[in-house]
Amino acid sequence: MHNKSLSELSTALHNGDFTSVELTQHYLDRIKTHNDEINAFITICEDTALEQARAADIQLQQKTAGKLTGIPLAHKDIFCTQGIRTSCASKMLDNFISPYDATVVEKINTAGMVTLGKTNMDEFAMGSSNETSFYGPVKNPWDTDRVPGGSSGGSAAAMAARLAPIATGTDTGGSIRQPAALCNLTGLKPTYGRISRYGMIAFASSLDQAGPMAHSAEDAALLLNVMAGFDERDSTSVDRDVPDYSTTLNDSLEGLRIGLPKEFFSDDLDPQIATVIDTAIKHYESLGATVKEITLPNSGLSVPTYYVVAPAECSSNLSRMDGVRFGHRCDNPKDLDDLYNRSRGEGFGEEVKRRIMIGTYALSAGYYDAYYLKAQQCRRLISDDFKQAFNEVDVIMSPTAPTTAFKTGEKTDDPVAMYLADIYTISTNLAGLPGMSIPAGFVNGLPVGLQLIGNYFDEARLLNIAHKYQQETDWHKQTPENFQ
Amino acid sequence: MSLDKTEIEKIAHLARLAIDENDIPDYAQDLNNIFDLVEQLSDADTNNIKPMAHPLDAHQRLRSDVVSETNQREKFQTIAPKTEAGVYLVPQVIE
Repeated sequence: MHNKSLSELSTALHNGDFTSVELTQHYLDRIKTHNDEINAFITICEDTALEQARAADIQLQQKTAGKLTGIPLAHKDIFCTQGIRTSCASKMLDNFISPYDATVVEKINTAGMVTLGKTNMDEFAMGSSNETSFYGPVKNPWDTDRVPGGSSGGSAAAMAARLAPIATGTDTGGSIRQPAALCNLTGLKPTYGRISRYGMIAFASSLDQAGPMAHSAEDAALLLNVMAGFDERDSTSVDRDVPDYSTTLNDSLEGLRIGLPKEFFSDDLDPQIATVIDTAIKHYESLGATVKEITLPNSGLSVPTYYVVAPAECSSNLSRMDGVRFGHRCDNPKDLDDLYNRSRGEGFGEEVKRRIMIGTYALSAGYYDAYYLKAQQCRRLISDDFKQAFNEVDVIMSPTAPTTAFKTGEKTDDPVAMYLADIYTISTNLAGLPGMSIPAGFVNGLPVGLQLIGNYFDEARLLNIAHKYQQETDWHKQTPENFQ
Repeated sequence: MSLDKTEIEKIAHLARLAIDENDIPDYAQDLNNIFDLVEQLSDADTNNIKPMAHPLDAHQRLRSDVVSETNQREKFQTIAPKTEAGVYLVPQVIE
């Protein structure tokens, strides 16, 4: 059951080959068997999952079920789920039972899907290795001595280990695409504003975007159909029609213009990864695409720009965690300042504190122009480079990450080295463009991801470009040996 | 960049974060390394470049001023650390 596509699962459920309860139980059993080894889930929702599955089975019997009714999924623990702990992998929210559902969760529930559990992540989505979680690091199913990437590392590991057929993630600087690359998945970060951020715990509000993490572009399209759309409750949500992303998957790639940014293919790029990416691009040429070198001259500014914008916004967003209305409160506060200081000092982990402090400093009196304003100007330079590039090409391709999965603990002592793990993905968030990572091969048994960057609202085209490749390759079907 | 102990303490105070005295040298080193990275921005020519706050340059949407949410105080207070008679309790702030 756990090697089927969403369409295959849907057909089987509708034909009565097995029930949603049986399918859900199968995944819950797999989670029980394997979760201790990889730590992908923070919360397993056994009772509510089976309850949702029973309701789905009734709809299936009554022939009122939709395409995804009865199919299980895993939510990154950043999405508020009513009545279920929503921890954001932080001690601060370890006791937070959300009183409401995120819009994404509401839409997925309405589609009749079954929530298996809440997946581990970097604390408040700050990290690239899933090592900053209060609930401990997640292990990569391809090699459990290595990280799954982050921050959506739990969703990625759960998917790679076949503990869920599909999962949600969020991406602020690469947090869907980089773990997708390191765990051999298809991950999509849509255009900023395409999916509602309501009920998705905010990290950097001008960058955060939710998206699907899947085994194929075909599956990702099906979940995006459910997740996307305008939401009045998110003031930055974009009011624009949502196409059916499944209908254009098979469109021809004849004449597709691919741009390769020379800055992403410098001599610093690992030669083995370069070979995998070159092979994938040659494959696209055989499908009728043309390739052209392009330039994104300001891409070197991406990481420093991001490490002003994201911490500044996080320091503001996380000020709501103050120990007053919800979340962790310290014992015996002697006055209000003590309550704030110790609740926050105890509740937040090291990386979160570091970023709050960077942001606080960058926004403090006298420094605003030198840091935040300057970074916002650089952000426009980065964005304008993409605008220029998309005059000449339809899609930009590059590696998703500079390395394959690295060893647990390898970069934890050096925040700057960790930040460079997102060197190819961050500029997409700064520009607000849609980006994907798809499996493109292996180096020494570890997955390599190909990144596809599209123009604004070109999600359908990206999924089409990914799907055509996946029709002719089977990288995305590879499963780690111990989790088959 | 070289933030010293006093500056780290000031930033922690502004952020309302209790940090361990012994951790200050590590915070100083990490923050200094990060600001060294950020320093690269000063080389970029940003004269006459408009700051970008929103990827699609969208403006804040306005809605009419009507009640859209119902009061759910009791529900929200079930997860609060300390409440009494419908209010959130904190240590005394007025002598």
